[in-house]
Amino acid sequence: MQFFLEVLLGGLLSGVMYALVALGYVLIYKASGVFNFAQGAMVFFAALTTAGLVDAGLSLWLAAPLTMVAMVALGLLTEKIVLRPLVAQHEITLFMATIGLTFFVEGLAQAIWGANVRSLDLGIEDVPLEWLLENANIAISQFDLVASGIAAALVTMLAIFFSKTKIGRALRAVADDHQAALSIGIPLQHIWGIVWGVAGFVALVAGLLWGSRNGVQFALTFVALKALPVLILGGFTSVPGAIVGGLIIGASEKLAEVYLGPLVGGGIEGWFPYVLALLFLLVRPEGLFGEKIIRRI
Amino acid sequence: MKFVQKAMVAAAFATAALSVSAQEQFFPVLSYRVGPYAAGGSGFFGGVIDYLSLINAQGGINGVKMVWEECETEYNATRGVECYERLKKVRGGATMVEPLSTGIAYGLLDRVAQDKIPMTTLGYGRSDAADGRVFPFVFPLITSYWNQAAGMMKYLGDKEGGLDKLKGKKIVHLYHDSAYGKEPFAVFEAYAKQYGFELVKLAVPHPGNEQQSQWLQIRQAKPDYVILWGWGVMNATALKTAQRNGYPSEKILGVWWAGSEEDVIPAGSAAKGYTTMTFNTPGNYPLLDEIKKKVYAAGKGNLEDKSRIGSTYHMRGVTAAILWVEAVRKAQEKHGKGKVMTSEQVRWGFENLNVDEARLKALGALGMMPPVKTTCLDHEGSGAVKVQRWDGKAWKAVTPNWVVGDKAMIRKMQEESAAKYAAEKKITPRDCSKEG
Repeated sequence: MQFFLEVLLGGLLSGVMYALVALGYVLIYKASGVFNFAQGAMVFFAALTTAGLVDAGLSLWLAAPLTMVAMVALGLLTEKIVLRPLVAQHEITLFMATIGLTFFVEGLAQAIWGANVRSLDLGIEDVPLEWLLENANIAISQFDLVASGIAAALVTMLAIFFSKTKIGRALRAVADDHQAALSIGIPLQHIWGIVWGVAGFVALVAGLLWGSRNGVQFALTFVALKALPVLILGGFTSVPGAIVGGLIIGASEKLAEVYLGPLVGGGIEGWFPYVLALLFLLVRPEGLFGEKIIRRI
Repeated sequence: MKFVQKAMVAAAFATAALSVSAQEQFFPVLSYRVGPYAAGGSGFFGGVIDYLSLINAQGGINGVKMVWEECETEYNATRGVECYERLKKVRGGATMVEPLSTGIAYGLLDRVAQDKIPMTTLGYGRSDAADGRVFPFVFPLITSYWNQAAGMMKYLGDKEGGLDKLKGKKIVHLYHDSAYGKEPFAVFEAYAKQYGFELVKLAVPHPGNEQQSQWLQIRQAKPDYVILWGWGVMNATALKTAQRNGYPSEKILGVWWAGSEEDVIPAGSAAKGYTTMTFNTPGNYPLLDEIKKKVYAAGKGNLEDKSRIGSTYHMRGVTAAILWVEAVRKAQEKHGKGKVMTSEQVRWGFENLNVDEARLKALGALGMMPPVKTTCLDHEGSGAVKVQRWDGKAWKAVTPNWVVGDKAMIRKMQEESAAKYAAEKKITPRDCSKEG
């Protein structure tokens, strides 16, 4: 039982880390209807820029805000150069544009900061909590707990932002229908600029935490792949859904690896979340918290 | 009249250029400097080019200059094969090829045999390619995965006071879930059977940036040692997750592809005390000083960051290039000094390498790598390894001497596997007694 609990808790905490990346996708999709394939590249860009600035001699407290400025600039430029010319185009066109953006951002990051791997120390120890280890023989990392706290704070902030502020409501209106939003005077470019800026901020938080956890290297872009089943489960338009989806994916993949893996030779957590997401799609295509699409025929 | 004069001058220059190009030995460099594995690729191929530049600065091989052309593979098998096809006939033809990628090497296996171009796979690729009778154009030089695995067992046995002391112990093999990670299964299983220890195999799906479930299983199993057979982000993640679960880094023994600065720096303090295998002894050597003096001081160094000179990947690149150049040198001894060698002549050179301690000393690389002596039967040439430890800032050698596992057992396995491959591919193995 103690081991089961340990696997479950470890999975839930890993799930929070996936959810952090998924949040960036949700933000942009919710506000602009664009599935931003480049979110993983943005996470990598943010982490590499911060680590590069720290290695150049800046303190983390200065490097992180400077990276935030770079991320907002990247977001605004993306909106201006990539998305603005594609207003009212089909969703797949916008999606393809973000695939191109992915390769550009990945290349840009390595062109500016080089291909070397870097470490990023946020000052949070990634060791098991001694008290829990001694009293319950359960290893839970301090780092993962802090990351969970940050994710919870971020979700609360974003949920309030979307539901309680004027800009948040405008973002939702734009997501529903670009043309209609324009016709009632919502400045589309302004709104998209804001949402890409916020997504840049989320990418920075995810990049800092993932970069500190595994090191800052190109493989950070792969983390984005784990966010896809999270989105399918939680729904593409729900901020709390990203967290719940992350928790389900994290816990189920760990339990599956430990208890089902040995029966089939192990190494199943790479594909298990996708199978789970596919099964879920059959039952509830809009996800747990996604907006149900009703079409009149 | 002036036009005729100009044409004659141009023709003279062209003839001179042709005669110069006739004294060039061409190496295609299938490098990867962007993408997921760029950090290792830039170090390795930087080392290769630095050594070739040094040879040129010293006047070439008996006057023959080294020339090369890079092609970016991004560690992608399809691109690697494309690069090979593009460069194999450039500038008089490729001398040899080294893709530093198991995927690309597998893609080239049949092609190099058909094109008669030797391919080196330094520390990776098929272990049974050491049998030169079946793989005449493939050279897994220095040490194959199987001999490395045997070296690991020897080292762990020595730590316990002898291989027989491994009886009753538990060793986890934490591996990248790919052909690469499964390559040493047969060796570890043979040792487990012979010496009576329990072998627990745990797979990590690619890319390996999440390993909580594996390390929880390790925590529960309480193994005496964990063998980390990882690649890329999997290595740093393993070390970090081990720390997160309270498993000591001192009990983790990594494969040499988990033993570079690029593997431990991202893991920070979690990597301190961690040990790995290596086929280079970390440290500084007169040869590296020579590269700094004659190549970097002349502004021809390949690495942007000079602090990477002598790093694990850079030293591996230099080591690879030493063996390339020695193969050309050996071929020249037989086919004519100062001549450009064909790929088939260089293949003979690779098959008759004898880079002994005296030669390594003359090169300024004594101790940097084990002596290498190849034959028609043995394309590996050494089988020796060392163990190194990360002290938080640099790698330090743990074993003063080269470690060699049960070579006889490994050779038997290599021959059996190669014979099976030959039967599948309908290859008639060469008779080495007839090779000159």
